[in-house]
Amino acid sequence: MRPTGNRVRRPRGGALWRRPWLSGLALLAPPVGAFVFVYIAALVALFITALWTVNAFTGELVHTWTLDNFSQLWNVEAYHVIARRTIGIAAAVTITDAVIAFPFAYYMARLATPRTRAVLFVLILLPLWASYLARVYAWRLILDNNGVLNWTLEKLGLPAAGISYTNWSVWIVFSYIWLPFMVLPVYAALERIPHSYIEASRDLGGRGFRTLRSVILPLALPGIVAGSIFTFSLTLGDYITPLLVGGASSQLIGNVVYDSVNSSQLPFASAFATVPVLVMGVYLLIARRLGAFEAL
Amino acid sequence: MKKGLWAAIAVFAAVLAFPAAGVSKAEGGTLNMIAWEGYLQPQWVNPFEKATGCQIHPKYAGSSDEMVTLMRSGGGNQYDMVSASGDASLRLIYGKDVQAVDPSKVPDFKNFGKAFQSPPNNTVNGKHYGISLQWGPNTLLYNTKLVKPAPTSWSVIYSSKYKGKITVPDNPIQIADAALYLMKTNSALKIKDPYELTQSQFNAVIDLLKHQKPLVKKYWALASDEIGLFKNGDAVVGASWPYQTNTLEAAGAPVKDLIPREGATGWLDTWMVSSHTKNLDCAYKWLAYVSTPKVQAEQAVYFGETPVNSKACPIMNKLAKGSCAQYHANAPLKYFKQIYFWKTPIAQCGWSTQSNCMDYTKWQQAWTQLKG
Repeated sequence: MRPTGNRVRRPRGGALWRRPWLSGLALLAPPVGAFVFVYIAALVALFITALWTVNAFTGELVHTWTLDNFSQLWNVEAYHVIARRTIGIAAAVTITDAVIAFPFAYYMARLATPRTRAVLFVLILLPLWASYLARVYAWRLILDNNGVLNWTLEKLGLPAAGISYTNWSVWIVFSYIWLPFMVLPVYAALERIPHSYIEASRDLGGRGFRTLRSVILPLALPGIVAGSIFTFSLTLGDYITPLLVGGASSQLIGNVVYDSVNSSQLPFASAFATVPVLVMGVYLLIARRLGAFEAL
Repeated sequence: MKKGLWAAIAVFAAVLAFPAAGVSKAEGGTLNMIAWEGYLQPQWVNPFEKATGCQIHPKYAGSSDEMVTLMRSGGGNQYDMVSASGDASLRLIYGKDVQAVDPSKVPDFKNFGKAFQSPPNNTVNGKHYGISLQWGPNTLLYNTKLVKPAPTSWSVIYSSKYKGKITVPDNPIQIADAALYLMKTNSALKIKDPYELTQSQFNAVIDLLKHQKPLVKKYWALASDEIGLFKNGDAVVGASWPYQTNTLEAAGAPVKDLIPREGATGWLDTWMVSSHTKNLDCAYKWLAYVSTPKVQAEQAVYFGETPVNSKACPIMNKLAKGSCAQYHANAPLKYFKQIYFWKTPIAQCGWSTQSNCMDYTKWQQAWTQLKG
């Protein structure tokens, strides 16, 4: 090595110290790498597979480019019905959960004593400790023809509900299962509203309802939208609940994807799986506009 | 502290090493098997492992489609054997996922009923791609209190009399049940085989199923689903297996099953050997073992199906009184004639030289679209 005049050898850390972006890059590289390889690569693989076909005889993937899977999705009415049903049920579940979660979260955040609040927190989170399947099967016992619901109605002298194995029961079970994922972000948003805002509203003559509509709801909206991301996307991707409590017309996108994967129709499954990805993409763009990401 | 840590690591390593040492002792090798749940019970698997030294690693699958997908996973190197049903076996044969076997290495093969030695769902051009195992009919199940008069025809699951109280399996091969019904009731369609349908025949069958759909309460995916539906009164009539009838009868439910006058479809399961297996020796030992009368009887009584080995009958009766007659293990040839065993629909129509029949991919698509 050639002598370098008056230059002194510095410890290597100096390079990082002089260029802060370098240490930032070193810190971020592993998580970003994992993100790119696990998340993005999986999505890209999904899109590419959707453009292939499968040999009907051997079940092997044929790597020729084709839009057949998408044109089938586009041309067959049944897949439109399934997509509309999936988005419809996801929207219904989201609205139901928002309506149930808001008063509950409001009580927890602003009215309950710390002790009651802790108890309510445990009650909300407790179902998450039990297996998903156990909870769905429990609902089957309630909704069955001879289940708890019809038994109760009969004792009250009312006609039977007749909702076992229908889309009504799918809606009820989804709403129950995803409720904690709505309550928590709404609670977080409500808790953050300074009490002084509400006092200011009262000082200006705002009664309870006016304060709720003009102060609390707008400030809680990002929390509701954040919660709706969970309830909407979780419903959009689920196939177990419709399989267990659904009826003859309860197929969601997830069920078709599951059946297709099981029957070696991977390209078609990938094509249909891009639909929820697109729907969620649009949904997240709208959610960002409404400030949901600040509430997470 | 450091000493404690090393001790912990040593103990952990020993724990890890111990079962490995246990496996390496066995000289027979291992068999990774895909099977229906209930097909690899310790009752008959443990004696086999002890006698041969071949270790069995079961992987249970929920559907024929899943079995085919699993057999092909990882280039076909993952699994050595599969208990394929008739609607999966041809797919595995034509996909070259399984290899031809030599029945002369299975001593009990000669005791099999004639219909089960070379059935079309596992024997192609005289080559045996596996050894038949057990079979059963797809029966018509009904609630004796609520369905009156007692049905004698499949028409009961296509008529609106029991609207919203009907259940049928969620399986593309169910299209064959409707095809069989039309084959016997609508001669104008000229259906010769419920698994070999031309486009126009297929359309007529799908029309019947579309007409049936609003009458259906639920397409059941698991046997336990159908049992629940009948127990709770959500369904009173439906297509079923003998297993559900037995379970429901044991629970005191008022049910009965029958093979209606049009006949019925049925399943015939076959143990098949992967083309890529490294344990052919163990595989043959297993084929010979499961074909023996004792194991045949044990599995038949446990699962509620019929053995292919005709010598299993007396042992079945010893295990459960009257079970041989209950599962028709001693039934005359006339009984089999009314059962159309599952086979994978392929484009080549068996009854003509044409290849314009609807293949299984079409059946799957039609089924998914039908359920809508």
